[in-house]
Amino acid sequence: MSSRLALSLLALATAAAISSCGSAETPTAAAPVAAAPATPAPATPAAPALSITDPWVKTAKKGMTAAFGTLVNNSGADVTVVSGTSPLSPMIELHEVVDKDGKMVMQPKQGGFVIPAGGSHELKPGGDHIMIMDAKEAVEPGAEIPFTLTFADGGTFEFTAIGKDFAGAKEDYQPGMDMEDESHNG
Amino acid sequence: MAELTRRGLLAGGVVAGVAALTPAASAQQARAAETVVPFHGPRQAGVATEPQAHAVFVAFDLREGVDRDALGRMMRLLTDDARRLTQGRPALADTEPELAASPARLTVTFGFGPGLYAHADAKSPVKPLPRFSVDKLEKRWTGGDLLVQICADDPLTVTHALRMIVKDARSFATVRWTQRGFRRAAGTQPGGQTQRNVMGQLDGTANPRPGTPEFDLAVWRPDGTTQLVVRRIKAELETWDAADVVAREFTIGRRLATGAPLTGVKEHDAPDFAATEAHGFPVISEYAHIRRAHVGDPSLRILRRVYNYDEDVTAQGHADSGLVFASYQADIERQFVPIQRQLAEADLLNEWITPIGSAVFAIPRGCDEKGWIGQEVLS
Repeated sequence: MSSRLALSLLALATAAAISSCGSAETPTAAAPVAAAPATPAPATPAAPALSITDPWVKTAKKGMTAAFGTLVNNSGADVTVVSGTSPLSPMIELHEVVDKDGKMVMQPKQGGFVIPAGGSHELKPGGDHIMIMDAKEAVEPGAEIPFTLTFADGGTFEFTAIGKDFAGAKEDYQPGMDMEDESHNG
Repeated sequence: MAELTRRGLLAGGVVAGVAALTPAASAQQARAAETVVPFHGPRQAGVATEPQAHAVFVAFDLREGVDRDALGRMMRLLTDDARRLTQGRPALADTEPELAASPARLTVTFGFGPGLYAHADAKSPVKPLPRFSVDKLEKRWTGGDLLVQICADDPLTVTHALRMIVKDARSFATVRWTQRGFRRAAGTQPGGQTQRNVMGQLDGTANPRPGTPEFDLAVWRPDGTTQLVVRRIKAELETWDAADVVAREFTIGRRLATGAPLTGVKEHDAPDFAATEAHGFPVISEYAHIRRAHVGDPSLRILRRVYNYDEDVTAQGHADSGLVFASYQADIERQFVPIQRQLAEADLLNEWITPIGSAVFAIPRGCDEKGWIGQEVLS
């Protein structure tokens, strides 16, 4: 994705969100971040089923990190995201954070992310997120990182997330088999 | 029992206080909290905006190696923070999103110092001020590559915006100085009315009025940019206390009570600098502040957008107060410098004020929904 496309994507996300917020006359100044979906330039001529609002990636020197945002389903049917790719990392996983014996740990989410018809699904620190397993280069603050999500039906959705310094999102990794003691910055 | 009684009294007081708030008053308060100043436009907000009650000015030094590309990334992040927070929405990845709900006329204004242009390998429109004889500048209040002026009618809103901005800036820059200032609380006096500073003087009587051709001429350049001077002016309140009303009014050239020039009746009466008293001496002294600061040509005036500061009182009970002097003008060299020279030479007020900090910044033009502040400089 070109940086121009990435920028216009960001701008769209912002513009769409702004239209929902209040002016001096309307006492609803604080609209929730997830209220307005952004519509990225579609990969196909048809209107995309999925869009994302406020996509961002936690900055990292290299190795593990994570991407967040609110996935919005603009279609009348559920959408299931089953995998993701990015030039940033050869390995990307879809993760959830669960309570394991009183400890919050993250693990691959079985079945992927289901975004209900006409609904949305928030990816956030402490919750579901797109896990970058092995960033090959640094994620700088303000950098634009392209991602591609693949649906259960084989369709894809591209977006660009912006690098953002963030202190949190340090859930322990729990792959379910090994690496139990390994923690990371995702 | 005594404790119980006191608690009962306190509770009673709270109830009475709530009861006294009429629905109209509380609705008005809610509106004040939610009032939004537009962020997008050809000029940045926070200049012609009626000054809000609270401000923080934070200046940054860019880290070594921060180049054009990095500056672009930084300004896209900071612009994004500003456009969300000013409209009452949380910043991206806001850790305290609830604090964004009351923008209270929040404005976030960005300024570029000479050092930023050097990092960007571009020519700076501004350069540091010449040294003035009255200056006792301290490094901790002077200079800076990037300035962010954050103003709102609510101090918690200012704090939250500052926190979010600093968190996004610190990968690129270190904080050089932070100056906090205040004016009268919102609603305590009608908007547009001149406010008093910590020395008791009406401050800004001669300001150009936003929305007038004189204002646009003095403040804005045709490309939507302007220039900012931030100076920290310490008020010598211990010796000012020793000056009586006659001495104070002679020093300024205005009546303290009304702000009227010594030759007039009302605050906005034009001073008559030619008027003389019985012995032939000018009514407004040759060295009075308003004569030294007077500028006839409207295009050479400056916009004072000042805030008071009041830091910790010393053990001896001495005040550490003064002015975070911020002035906007189209051209610092052409407008600010000649005025400050005149003042430094022979302003009677110099006896009671000391400039201890100084910095200059170019204020880039505003941006639209798709753009970011500084785009025309950095891309």
